[in-house]
Amino acid sequence: MVFKPVSSPHRHGALSTARVMQWVLLALIPGIAVLTWQFGWGTLINIAIATVTALLCEAAALSLRGRPVGFYLRDYSAAVTALLLAVALPPLAPWWLVVIATASAVLIAKQVYGGLGYNPFNPAMVGYVVVLISFPLQMSSWPTPLGLLSDASQPSLGPSLAAVATGTGIDGWSGATPLDLFKHGVNGQLVSDFVAAQPLFSQALLAGLGWEWVNLAFLAGGVLLLAKGIFTWHAPVAMLGSLALMALLFWDGGSSHSGGSLLLHLFSGATMLGAFFIITDPVSSAVSTRGRLIYGALIGVLIYLIRVWGNYPDGVAFAVLLGNFAAPFIDNYTLPRSYGHSRARRATEQSK
Amino acid sequence: MSDTTVKSAPALGEIASNGLWSNNPALVQLLGLCPLLAVTSSVVNALGLGLATLLVLVGSNAMVSLIRHQIGDAVRLPAFVLIIAAFVTCTELLMKAYAYELYEILGIFIPLIVTNCAILGRAEAFASKQPLGLALWDGLMMGLGFLAVLLLLGAIRELFGSGTLFANMQLLLGSGAADWGLAPFGTGYSFLVLILPPGAFLVTGLLIAAKNAVDLRRDAQRKARREKAVKGAKRVRTTGHIA
Repeated sequence: MVFKPVSSPHRHGALSTARVMQWVLLALIPGIAVLTWQFGWGTLINIAIATVTALLCEAAALSLRGRPVGFYLRDYSAAVTALLLAVALPPLAPWWLVVIATASAVLIAKQVYGGLGYNPFNPAMVGYVVVLISFPLQMSSWPTPLGLLSDASQPSLGPSLAAVATGTGIDGWSGATPLDLFKHGVNGQLVSDFVAAQPLFSQALLAGLGWEWVNLAFLAGGVLLLAKGIFTWHAPVAMLGSLALMALLFWDGGSSHSGGSLLLHLFSGATMLGAFFIITDPVSSAVSTRGRLIYGALIGVLIYLIRVWGNYPDGVAFAVLLGNFAAPFIDNYTLPRSYGHSRARRATEQSK
Repeated sequence: MSDTTVKSAPALGEIASNGLWSNNPALVQLLGLCPLLAVTSSVVNALGLGLATLLVLVGSNAMVSLIRHQIGDAVRLPAFVLIIAAFVTCTELLMKAYAYELYEILGIFIPLIVTNCAILGRAEAFASKQPLGLALWDGLMMGLGFLAVLLLLGAIRELFGSGTLFANMQLLLGSGAADWGLAPFGTGYSFLVLILPPGAFLVTGLLIAAKNAVDLRRDAQRKARREKAVKGAKRVRTTGHIA
């Protein structure tokens, strides 16, 4: 360890939970802006519904449990869960889908386990998975990105609100996501032929039209959080690294059974959202530095496995939940050596 | 293995409250969870499995109690399992004869009643030490407690998972029950996660929490009542300076 001499003043503003959560909310803004630009009003409507639901559920659960409601609502953790869910769910999803996802996240994944700090699983991902396995049809209806629309504009606010309220969607509006299209479309064609034939890929710079911008925006938000020291680089870098490594290892030059290129895996789906906003959750992830490297790498490998050989086009939510399961186990074997001891002692070892 | 190991025979009311509430096989002992979680996606499945388990439990408890003096300690567990397996086979044949479609739906979980720890547990912990009448009563109450939880779980999961209640009851109760099915949320409703295994775990967890909450509240009320009785008593100060 290196002790750097630091000149005065030595006092600093301590990072409270609320301040950390506010920074996360701030860092989500680029992603939300790009989602709104590419996919229309749906994301903002999702955010409104999810935030109201999350705050109501949190307040109800806290008062039932006899906890101070105002104190816990002011830590912004419910708002962060709501926003993460709102950007993960398809824009213009029926209102009840957002309500069920958020209520499951706050009530079952968070408050039942004892509130913030006691939840073994990431609440937003639990909420996402509950609706993903319950309502596959609604969860796979993503809007067509801006660049593929004939009139180059998404539905305006009025029809968007009507679509959310009735849960019927807008005619001719939904399309496959890049991962979905790739998983179900590439069979029997060379990847290069497939990409050339699909405007979703052929008009894109990196991975998939619209989606690459969403991922770049989340990457930018993540880098901001990293620069502010909200979390360390270990878990995100390990996750992106292991996902990239898997994509490179299994890249066969683009045959008809290809698992997809490195860029497709890094810049489509929920890769960047997961890497910088989900697996960096301090509560449900591994704790030590070494533990976070293993935790991130495990999730990266799982994402690739689920995307390429699983039933679902994207696997970030499932991979994160499986990683959450493994986090206490990882912690047990990566306990750092404490100062004054010659070697680390396992949490389960008897003290002598 | 003999009556001398038991100090005094438990009262009938105590056995009943043990089986139905305070030592419920599903909510407190957490035994027999595999069939409990696997088949409770509808009321008719839950009722079918619950009745089959009840029948086996009563039968095996009675038989074990009858031969409790004849079986040595060393061979008691194989003997209990044989008895339980015999009753499960009877139940299986009965279901095949009278409720074949339900038998097909429940599939492997009917033969698997043999491995239900709640049944072996009652044989070992109760029936092998008690006379026939008490063993029968205990089997009935434990079986009813298990059946009640199965039914509740089945009803909640069917209602909120597939939006129906008492659908397909004709599989068990004959054609007269064919139109018992309700669809309170209309057709087309489905909330798949409750029908899938995670829903079984979630609802079971919530039921256990609800039972514990009721117990806690009841304990608190009892305690408050007891304290009220001694309210008039004065505390005696035993230390410090008394002016």
